[in-house]
Amino acid sequence: MNQEKYLQDLAEIKEMMNRSSRFISLSGLSGVSAGIFALIGAYAAYETVYNNQNYFDYRHAYITQESLVQLVLIAALTLAGAIGTGIFFTTRESKKRKQKIWDTQSKRLLINLAIPLFTGGFLSLILIREGLIGLVAPMTLIFYGLALVNASKYTLGELRSLGILEIILGLVGCIFIGYGLVFWAIGFGILHIAYGLVMHFKYQQA
Amino acid sequence: MKNILKDLNKAFENKIRLAIMSALLVNDYLDFNSLKELLDVTDGNLASHLKSLETKNYVSFKKEFLNRKSHTKYSATEEGKLAFKLHIKAIEKLLN
Repeated sequence: MNQEKYLQDLAEIKEMMNRSSRFISLSGLSGVSAGIFALIGAYAAYETVYNNQNYFDYRHAYITQESLVQLVLIAALTLAGAIGTGIFFTTRESKKRKQKIWDTQSKRLLINLAIPLFTGGFLSLILIREGLIGLVAPMTLIFYGLALVNASKYTLGELRSLGILEIILGLVGCIFIGYGLVFWAIGFGILHIAYGLVMHFKYQQA
Repeated sequence: MKNILKDLNKAFENKIRLAIMSALLVNDYLDFNSLKELLDVTDGNLASHLKSLETKNYVSFKKEFLNRKSHTKYSATEEGKLAFKLHIKAIEKLLN
């Protein structure tokens, strides 16, 4: 009798709870593009820091004033590329879903992402200033992971496990400082691409 | 069976009122425009359904001024949350 109607009611309640509290237009492709930029950036940084050293040995990073400027430039370009394409793919996705990109849900997501992220960013600048360059790569992984765990409540739930993986990579990276860039490339490059692909095929709208 | 039917709430039979309560259950508050966008309804339609939930004391609102524009924040009252949860439970029992 009324079975159909009530089943539909339940489905609508669930859908509205999700849509009103989470930003669901996050595009998997933005993860993939961020990962590709991270790999390019890591390679460029690698060439700058470990110039003329054996690839597979434990290495020391040689950083001069000149290469530091170059590294900051590489970091800025990588970040700009990742954020730019991220915004592009997510805007496209939200248009497909007929959702606004700048609403209560996306603002809440960004604020909760930003607090741990900016903390990590400022800490990294302080570490560079104090000459503790080796800790920068693992620290960015740890704080990025914390930011994802914090923000996952306001968007697709998968971000939580991605965040936890980033934190673990960062902690391990703190022990093996010499491989910092390798861990960074795995965390920001390979994990982003893997998660991005999984989420793209799981959530993409036809 | 009687008990289940008693918990089914007439106030939530309407699709729009059902959606309003669902959204307010998981958000501390939502303003009028956010609700309007979420539900994809007209001003008048949303206002009349909010009004009917207010008279039942299921929804409360707070007016604030932001850049000289009035801004109304709606939230579900404790009574409203309880009634809505009972309604969901009743539906689930009916379906089992």
